[in-house]
Amino acid sequence: MKNKIIETDKKVERRSFLKKIAILALAPIAFGFLGATDKLKTVKKWMLENGYIPSNHKWGMGIDISKCIGCGRCAVACKNENNVPKEPFFFRTWVERYRIYENGDVQVDSPNGSMDGFDNSRTTNKKMLRSFFVPKICNHCDNPPCVQVCPVGATFKGEDGVVLVDSDYCVGCRYCIQACPYGARFLHPETHTAEKCTFCYHRIVQDKLPACVEVCPTQARVFGELNKKASPLVRFLRMNKIGILKPSLNTEPKVYYANLDMEVK
Amino acid sequence: MKNFLQKIPEQVKRLSILLLVVVIVFIVATSLLTPKDFGLVGHYRAGAIQNNADKKMEYAGQEACADCHDDLWKTKNSSYHKNLSCEVCHGPSVNHVNEPDQFKPEKPRDRTFCPVCHEFNPSRPTGFPQIVSASHNPRRICVTCHNPHNPTPSQTPKECSACHAEISSAKSVSSHMDIPCTKCHETLEKHKLRPREYLPTKPANREFCGQCHSQDAKGDEFIPRINMATHEPRYVCWQCHYPHLPEAQ
Repeated sequence: MKNKIIETDKKVERRSFLKKIAILALAPIAFGFLGATDKLKTVKKWMLENGYIPSNHKWGMGIDISKCIGCGRCAVACKNENNVPKEPFFFRTWVERYRIYENGDVQVDSPNGSMDGFDNSRTTNKKMLRSFFVPKICNHCDNPPCVQVCPVGATFKGEDGVVLVDSDYCVGCRYCIQACPYGARFLHPETHTAEKCTFCYHRIVQDKLPACVEVCPTQARVFGELNKKASPLVRFLRMNKIGILKPSLNTEPKVYYANLDMEVK
Repeated sequence: MKNFLQKIPEQVKRLSILLLVVVIVFIVATSLLTPKDFGLVGHYRAGAIQNNADKKMEYAGQEACADCHDDLWKTKNSSYHKNLSCEVCHGPSVNHVNEPDQFKPEKPRDRTFCPVCHEFNPSRPTGFPQIVSASHNPRRICVTCHNPHNPTPSQTPKECSACHAEISSAKSVSSHMDIPCTKCHETLEKHKLRPREYLPTKPANREFCGQCHSQDAKGDEFIPRINMATHEPRYVCWQCHYPHLPEAQ
């Protein structure tokens, strides 16, 4: 046995050895090249039926807290537009009221997601230091925790940066609802699949604004492209001091807040 | 070689065959069960994007309204509600755009509708027009006085208190109660018609308050006097004292 192995070793000539090495080195490059051209083709081909090409866009939203009057029209419009269940606790967008008192207490409330407006009756004798409204929505993170935890690939970040749910593929395990640090997801009580803000995807592919932006009476919400200089959102980012929610989590949200207070989390 | 195969224990052979079968079944099953468009553009079903895009719209957008109602559109856009989309008040109206005669948009006439935005609430940003609906012409519906497409009040307000009620009520209980607003704020008559285009002036420096409150100022003796040179010279007066209610802390 030992002798045989030594014999075969001797038979390997320098020429054939070098040839084999060259083939081995070139093969992955050739395969990689083939794979790459294949991918290029699919990217070029892939667009929606109406000609919308996701990879040409990158959507984001700006919210100016100093302009929000807490009327809740955005929450109402969202429920109308997206068929969100009418009972409270199911919201794709909502408005929170922050009341900060002189002794440092912070009170946050959102009765029925702001859809009926806010009652201004005083519940406490504490002196108010400052108060404001904060519209909340899915942050469409560039680094979304909900997508990372989905076991079946039913939620994903599209090439246009919008985080969507594939309701045909969702198994309703609720992992994404747990993972979202902004509480932006809920389980639809009838379909038992995860639901969330889609930036009104069916509207933006037709060049329309999301419903909440469309109806905002004070233009507190701004929607647009992040990588096109002429977009209203880029102007918003240029003209305001911008904050994001929970920056320490490294989720890189694409919802930008102007005049954000440190108490908002 | 034959020796080598014979040396493999029987259980290892059987297990490796089983493993092979499992792997083959797995490959066949995933290729059959995975949708064709899964992984086309990412780790997801590409068709899901189309599904999300296929939903029906409810809000037509204000450009659609302008096509037919250009008169109302022009009125609205030249007035305070210019930033308002029609469907904020009239409700989702894509059906009305498609079949104008069959579907009519809503026209809110309830006295509770306008206060959704305009009821006084301390959390609202300052400067946003707000009323206390309990005392603001009770029981009259808003549209009797205000045209919603051009909501400027039908009557020009005569007094400052008509709009600045909060300030005037604070001032009326303060020691500044006898000072007319125009003593400190130069106000053009046009301000009553177009309040935001013609803003009243505000005092700009310490010397303005010093006209009454400095030690060498003329006037009644009960007016509190300060030494302008030593009394916090780095600040302007209204950083600490609220001029409409100077007693307040």
